[in-house]
Amino acid sequence: MNRREFTQAMLAAGAAIPFGITRAAGQTRGGTLNTIIQPEPPLLVTAFNQQQPTLTLGGKIYESLLKYGADLKPMPGMAQSWEISPDGLTYTFKLFPNITFHDGKPMTSEDVVFSCMKVLTETHPRARQNFARVASAEAPDPLTVVFKLKQPFAPFLGCFDCTSAPIVPKHVYEGTDYRKNPLNDKAIGTGPFKLKEWVRGSHVHLVRHEGYYLKDQPYLDEIIYRIIPDSASRALALENGTVQLAQWTDVEFFDVQRFKAQKNLEVTTKGYEYFAPHQWLEMNNRIAPMNDKRFRQAVMHLIDRDALAKRVYFGSAKVATGPISSKTKFYDGKVKRYDYSIDKAKALLDEMGLKPDTNGKRAEIKYIVPPYGESYQRAGEFFRQSFARVGIDLVLVGTDMAGWAEKVGNWDYEMTQNLLYQLGDPALGVSRTYVSSNIKKGILFSNTEGYSNPEVDRLFDEAAVTLDEAKRLELYSKVQQILVEDVPVAWTLELEYPIIYDKAFKNIVSTGIGSHETFGSVYKS
Amino acid sequence: MDAARAFLRHPSGMVGLVVLLVVVVIALIAPIVFPVSPWEMVSAPFTPPGEDGLLLGGDTLGRDVAAGVAYGARVSLVIGIASAMAAMVIGVTIGAISGYFGGKVDLVLMRVTELFQTIPAFVLAILLVATFNPSLLTIILTIGAVSWPPLARLTRAEFLRLRNREFVEAALCQGEGTLQIVLGHILPNAISPILVVTSLTVATAILLESALSFMGLGDPNLMSWGFMIGAGRTVIRNAWWMSVFPGLAILITVLAINLFGEGLSDVLNPRVSRRRS
Repeated sequence: MNRREFTQAMLAAGAAIPFGITRAAGQTRGGTLNTIIQPEPPLLVTAFNQQQPTLTLGGKIYESLLKYGADLKPMPGMAQSWEISPDGLTYTFKLFPNITFHDGKPMTSEDVVFSCMKVLTETHPRARQNFARVASAEAPDPLTVVFKLKQPFAPFLGCFDCTSAPIVPKHVYEGTDYRKNPLNDKAIGTGPFKLKEWVRGSHVHLVRHEGYYLKDQPYLDEIIYRIIPDSASRALALENGTVQLAQWTDVEFFDVQRFKAQKNLEVTTKGYEYFAPHQWLEMNNRIAPMNDKRFRQAVMHLIDRDALAKRVYFGSAKVATGPISSKTKFYDGKVKRYDYSIDKAKALLDEMGLKPDTNGKRAEIKYIVPPYGESYQRAGEFFRQSFARVGIDLVLVGTDMAGWAEKVGNWDYEMTQNLLYQLGDPALGVSRTYVSSNIKKGILFSNTEGYSNPEVDRLFDEAAVTLDEAKRLELYSKVQQILVEDVPVAWTLELEYPIIYDKAFKNIVSTGIGSHETFGSVYKS
Repeated sequence: MDAARAFLRHPSGMVGLVVLLVVVVIALIAPIVFPVSPWEMVSAPFTPPGEDGLLLGGDTLGRDVAAGVAYGARVSLVIGIASAMAAMVIGVTIGAISGYFGGKVDLVLMRVTELFQTIPAFVLAILLVATFNPSLLTIILTIGAVSWPPLARLTRAEFLRLRNREFVEAALCQGEGTLQIVLGHILPNAISPILVVTSLTVATAILLESALSFMGLGDPNLMSWGFMIGAGRTVIRNAWWMSVFPGLAILITVLAINLFGEGLSDVLNPRVSRRRS
């Protein structure tokens, strides 16, 4: 290097320094985020499948009209603004211009109307409940959507996150059998990332959607979801930096503490506010002995839920008191409490006539272990021990993800563990498990246990259409009291999942949707 | 009697026998030493060995690893012996028919046996267990179904060797039935190598069961060594004792069975063993 070259190099370096600083202050383009998906989702179209891995992955591909902050207040998604008429019946959304699908075709208000009113009402259990309340949905111009409700529905503005109302292309699905459409494999949405390839058993590769409507977004070039079925390997991958993000059950609860000590990683339990995951032991109310209220009450007494939180979830959980999570609106903790008491459980079982035989055995019940990771297996073993103390044999049955969905959806089970999101409002995330109008065979996360009580139906229905918050609170308090007395399912815990990520990545948790969010604003510093 | 006396003088065979007896005793007295079920959560999670009255420590849920190892001995021995028996029944039956009748029957049966031998035993076992729901019975039958070919071939060879001997011909002349000749004359003379191979099959059966349980394909209601290692593997950095002790149990038991089996072989087939040494 001669002197002239050296000077040039120094000048170049000098120029690069201030440039680098200004870049660091803003969001930089580029970079790859490696993360985990487990278990491997059966498909990526969130309109047709709402299991957690599908939503985590599909959230990047499919967007909706709104997003929600940690306080659950609506923020712009594909809709830049919205208006509600004073009578609470008409909702008008204005879309951002220039939104395109991954196949290059424009996304217009027609697609929104078609997705919400035609597709989701058929394929998405909770969206069906929401949009069944719509009298008419119209697209007066390509950027305007107007929903007219049959009667007021208090949480209607809470129905438009990317997991509840994903928008699918009308030109692909119109007139076809939605679930069997060959383009489902392509997963065509409007999200900031599009599917490049899906190597079964290995990884799902998402790349930047160049035609994304928000300026400069997405900042990342690609996201690679690696399928790592083994939890020790997942923890190791996070530890050595092969992956930079883990969410939901990717890291087993006993490992969370260890990652808190690792300097380059951030561990947070934020980003689950919208979901408030609520877990319970689900009992098929159609089958003896679970069809007897006293049996179900006995189940509440015989599970030491504090110990469950400590032993299986290592403190990342809180005891649930009833159907509504303490993190959700209209929670009422002043309900009947079921303390851990083997004697009370035995007394209830004796009273209903379920007496022990000569071997001390009262009943044998099959329990399907959900295939979502080790904590579910351990929880199953915990339940089996709990039931054994009163002479009930819980026989654990293993299955795969599709098998679990099939069995529970078709009511072909006796007991299992289930976890549902609360979605910010009881009318959105709670009533679906208990109202008899949502007993729908073949549909997961509906009223699969088959509980039916006209009074509960009435209260949930009334609370949903009441706009006055104080009145709603009163109705929900009543319904919580009835449900806690009837125990349609045995509520166990409010789980507090972690999101663990490399600190080099910013905006990983930017809303109350957390890791299901679209990740358009995530960037690498 | 001579054989028994010879075995007593066989050092490694006796070591195997003694260790095996200890394992059997542990399996038998498990409910007395550990009256509480091995699934019961008796301590804080991840209790290290020696603390809180747990000799071998506690697992993820605070279950006693020592109790698990003791009860696991029952599962392993029951599955090991029962599936070796199943393999012996299948293998000896097929081998005996094949070797005694010869000809086309032999040809067909041996092709079937070879078919089974060409499929890796463990892969076939996974397939079978995954198809039928894993339970004690299906696991025993599965292991039996993948372990019989060596026994069939051995039995066939022994029968081929013995079927034209004078004492068999003498029995034939006396008008004895086929079944009586096979069971009363040939089998007793072929039994010693079969016993040796069966005893070694017990060891491989225990390993197979452990491997299946490790993969999560065992009966989820049985506390077996393979299950314990499988459950402990993910937390090996937090709690090494969860996988190490059941692992040692498998190692010791399988080694003892192998030593015992080889001792048996040396004693029952002195000529073969002398040639080997």
